[in-house]
Amino acid sequence: MSAILRVDDLKVGFATEDGVVEAVGGVSFELQPGEVLAIVGESGSGKSVTAQTITGLTRAPNAKITGSVSYRGRELIGLDDDQLRDIRGEQIAMVFQDPMSSLNPVYRVGDQISEMIRAHRDVSKREASHRAIELLRSVGIPNPERRVRHYPHEFSGGMRQRVMIAMALALEPEVLIADEPTTALDVTVQAQILRLLDQLNRDRDLAVILITHDLGVVAEVADRVLVMYAGQIVEDATLDEIFYDPQHPYTWGLLGSLMRLDQSRTARLAQIPGQPPSLLAPPSGCRFAPRCPHEFDKCHELPALQPRVGGNHLDRCWLDPEDKKSRRAQVIP
Amino acid sequence: MARFIARRLLGMVAVLFAISVIVFLIFNVIPNSDPAARIAGKNADPALIARVSADLGLDQPLPVQYLTMMRQIFTGQLMSYAKDRNVVEQIWDGVPATFSLCIGAAVIWMTLAVLFGYMSAVHAGKFTDRALTILSLVGISMPVFWLAAILLYFLTFKVQLFPTGSYVPLTEDPGQWAYHLILPWLTLAVLYVGFYSRMLRSNMLDAMNEDYVRTARAKGLSERQVRIRHVLRNSMIPVVTLFGLDFGMVVGGGAILTETVYNLNGVGLYAGEAIRSLDLPPLIGVTLFGAFFIVLFNTLVDIAYAGLDPRIRLGEVAA
Repeated sequence: MSAILRVDDLKVGFATEDGVVEAVGGVSFELQPGEVLAIVGESGSGKSVTAQTITGLTRAPNAKITGSVSYRGRELIGLDDDQLRDIRGEQIAMVFQDPMSSLNPVYRVGDQISEMIRAHRDVSKREASHRAIELLRSVGIPNPERRVRHYPHEFSGGMRQRVMIAMALALEPEVLIADEPTTALDVTVQAQILRLLDQLNRDRDLAVILITHDLGVVAEVADRVLVMYAGQIVEDATLDEIFYDPQHPYTWGLLGSLMRLDQSRTARLAQIPGQPPSLLAPPSGCRFAPRCPHEFDKCHELPALQPRVGGNHLDRCWLDPEDKKSRRAQVIP
Repeated sequence: MARFIARRLLGMVAVLFAISVIVFLIFNVIPNSDPAARIAGKNADPALIARVSADLGLDQPLPVQYLTMMRQIFTGQLMSYAKDRNVVEQIWDGVPATFSLCIGAAVIWMTLAVLFGYMSAVHAGKFTDRALTILSLVGISMPVFWLAAILLYFLTFKVQLFPTGSYVPLTEDPGQWAYHLILPWLTLAVLYVGFYSRMLRSNMLDAMNEDYVRTARAKGLSERQVRIRHVLRNSMIPVVTLFGLDFGMVVGGGAILTETVYNLNGVGLYAGEAIRSLDLPPLIGVTLFGAFFIVLFNTLVDIAYAGLDPRIRLGEVAA
């Protein structure tokens, strides 16, 4: 099976008054058709910038983007805006974090969906509007004939996110990039949206890149997980591997800070000491080393992202996999 | 909606009433404003002044004088003290010139402001933006009377490109109408072009960072569609609001200077004369005329706002 999206050594830097912020420092991964790929990391780890750079949304006069993003063999990084329009929405659609601010408050939701259809297809307003109703129905919005004429503020948060997803599906894209789609929602609504994404992934064979900081969300739907830290991928593995055989101490830290049902009620949640490094001048060696309790002399050198425990399980840690097991047991019981 | 309009209409009546009372009272406490003394002449004896006073009804108590004046305004019979001419007719005669001036200037100022503001925002930080910034600051800083005088001197006296003002009715000769109004239009519009284009520029720059603009790009719209349908459309809401208020102000007295300098016989020129001769009836007349339009456009802005921004519902207390 060949990947539909291939990102290779992607670097994104933003020039600021204090210097160049290296938001993404050499990220490589592949997305297989029909796969749900989760990118996990804390705020500022570069996960959103990575995702938005795929469709060129981070382009700005102060942005420096190098590396390669290829969609079905077509290089996207060098494309001009007009050429990118064929990709945006048509092949790769996006859903964002805050569905209130991501929809234009002054247009009816039906018109916002129609606008997207008509930007790519030569259809009449009426046809586009019918299609909008069908789309709203397909994402589980009750009474879509009436709802298309409503404005975004007349929807609840979860319904607005459904509208965003309906819009993203309008042109039947192959890839959906969902950038923290559940972060702004209530927990119960989060579950509904995740179920919807999961269902779309299955029914339409839609490949999904799911950006999140919430490992609970990941466990729910992902096939494969990329853990990002300070602009780099530190671990790349299947969902089971991440939860049952994590290799990078940062991943351990993330898992250790999760609340577990089998934990005693008095036990404190583990935390990762310190702060993520400034991306103005990231550490030259392993970027996690300054916060890592297992740091040793080799960590001054940046470890490559490569298989260390066999298979397609990649990580960036110098520790010996055998040695890791006992260390890991202290963090994650 | 109906309740909202009814409430605003009541408010309008209250405002107009208050303004008329205030103008009336102010006039009565200004020194040297006794119309009888002015009409009777410099060396008039007290008996003559008293007779003129009685003729004009000025010997009555103030509330009675006020009511009489209001009745005369609304029946169209109010006469000027100084010139003995019908005030309502005079104002009515000035309406075509004033509206020609204000509407034309408004069209120019909105068109140029949107154009300049849009270009400035799209090319923010580049040469076009800087040039337009300087231009609009110059526009904002120039006083109307000075600009009008300079334009008149250079373009009608030195170069004789334009006529020296005065109004030609639209119904008489549309070509001459526009030709005579070009300089007044520009004079009146310059300030607003500068101000509005600055405002639109900053609104657009703010809007460009909005999440829905990113969504619009992610949808695969062209940059032009993104800018016009999403950035410009949303940035226009406050501009349109301000426009309603400013247009009301211009009609209601903001054009006095322009009309005076270019000798356009509109309501503003009439107001200027009334002020110079301290003539109460025309003063009350033009003040109410102006106040009426200011209040009217305020109400229209509120109604238009609900159309421009669907999140606003008229007549409801904000949740």
